[in-house]
Amino acid sequence: MRNVWIITKRELGAYFGTPLAYVFVVIFVALTGAFAFFIGNFFERGQADLQPFFAYHPWLYLLLVPAIAMRLWAEERKSGTIELLMTLPISTGEAIVGKFLAAWLFIGIALVLTFPMWITVNVLGNPDNGVILASYIGSFLMAGAFLAIGSCMSALTKNQVIAFIVAATLCFLMVMSGLELVLGFFRGWAPAFIVQAIASMSFLNHFELISRGVITLPTLLFYVSIITFFLFANAIVVDQRKAA
Amino acid sequence: MAILVEAERLKKTFGPILAVADISLKVAKGEVLGFLGPNGAGKSTTMKMLTGFLDPDGGSARICGISVADRPKEAKAKIGYLPEGAPAYGDMTTRSFLNFIAEIRGFDGGRKSARVDAAIARTGLEDVANQRIETLSKGFKRRVGLAQAILHDPAVLIMDEPTDGLDPNQKHHVRGLITEMAKDKAIIVSTHILEEVEAVCTRAVVIDRGRIVADGTAEDLQRRMPYHNAVAIRVTAADADRVAGALAALAGVAKVERAPAMNGHIQVRALPKPGKTIAAEVGALLRDQSIFVEEMLVERGKLDDVFREITTSGEGSRHA
Repeated sequence: MRNVWIITKRELGAYFGTPLAYVFVVIFVALTGAFAFFIGNFFERGQADLQPFFAYHPWLYLLLVPAIAMRLWAEERKSGTIELLMTLPISTGEAIVGKFLAAWLFIGIALVLTFPMWITVNVLGNPDNGVILASYIGSFLMAGAFLAIGSCMSALTKNQVIAFIVAATLCFLMVMSGLELVLGFFRGWAPAFIVQAIASMSFLNHFELISRGVITLPTLLFYVSIITFFLFANAIVVDQRKAA
Repeated sequence: MAILVEAERLKKTFGPILAVADISLKVAKGEVLGFLGPNGAGKSTTMKMLTGFLDPDGGSARICGISVADRPKEAKAKIGYLPEGAPAYGDMTTRSFLNFIAEIRGFDGGRKSARVDAAIARTGLEDVANQRIETLSKGFKRRVGLAQAILHDPAVLIMDEPTDGLDPNQKHHVRGLITEMAKDKAIIVSTHILEEVEAVCTRAVVIDRGRIVADGTAEDLQRRMPYHNAVAIRVTAADADRVAGALAALAGVAKVERAPAMNGHIQVRALPKPGKTIAAEVGALLRDQSIFVEEMLVERGKLDDVFREITTSGEGSRHA
């Protein structure tokens, strides 16, 4: 645990040591707000909730989370520091979890900084703060799942741009997997239970449940297992491809 | 002498490329082992397997008796490693980077700052301690890598081209540092600068195409050269025949070579029979025959030549 925390600390420092952190936070807060007000019709709906605010998180994450994740391993490989890191007395797992936690905490910070939305809605009306809290938790979990995918893709290549594009595409498919765009592709030939399974992988469906204030065990399990699966894959990739 | 580094039949392939074919070696405490070889010979790959960065396809490595494959964390804790190119996190300052390394190496609080300060002082980084690493010159970056490697006073120090890209003063400083630390460590230094082997190494291992082709002291390697202890004298062109004849008649001389005349002078070189020193004999001859000598020197046999000979001699068999 100690090693994980030391790595997390260093990685967080690395985010804030470059303009990336500030650019990300500003854009994230501005875009979530803009989407909520202009596209989500926050005012016109006349309802005291943050539904229009959270509804656009999956789409924003699609772009922004792979941007956070792409440097995690690709940069280490490119600059050769992976050789330094992996010859320190730490395990691959500690390095992976440490890096993942740093990026996740960083997104958490950005998410916390959207608190003016919460204040606004509380000033304007009487929202159900339980639902809002659940939505924040759901949003944070979904970001974690995106991040685990991004981290794994980042370990596959030295090139951050490739890492970004592959991760964004994969995340897009995961988001869309509940929609006809993806399901239609499988429906023609795959058995029904597979189509069902793919549909249940949808980030969107799970997120909608949570943002209505329902945190169910399957949804929690879904996000936790996505994160676990991709971090395991990440460890395998890092171990296999260190030299390449 | 305690054996601190032990490699047994290490082997590594990358796809179709055989990087390390079969390397076994032992390094004892107090030894500084120079790892020589042309680019692509397998030096770095061997080091990466010793430090646990790469898993060997065959064979095993042990550091202080600990198997690198079975107990990687414990083995890695015993090693200080400077990877090729001295990679470091460029966005950190020298001090924060070294703090990070110290924490990972298990130092806290006062012990941590003491270690970091000591490493900074030892590598002469005081002036750039609070500067971001990416803004440092190549020499300073290399020293940051060195500081990181020696920070925890490891029993085994493995350095991949530690003086590459340094200016002569910095090279001198790094070599001084290595010699200073050599007493109670096992050190492996890879290099293709041969003077470095003479300067710091107690033993040299030459690697070519993934195999050890020579193992011995710098002196041993030089002895492999025909020009080792040859005596070269420069005389006027008129004297050349007489001198060459007289030299050839000496008991210890195996062969006499003559270089073409330059500005009316000719260099005559007497090659000794194996294991003989002929400087005294040649000196006496010149005195007796009162030959006027422009210049006289005893050749050591350049390590460069040894290197070239050892690593290209198998050329024919490689293509066969």
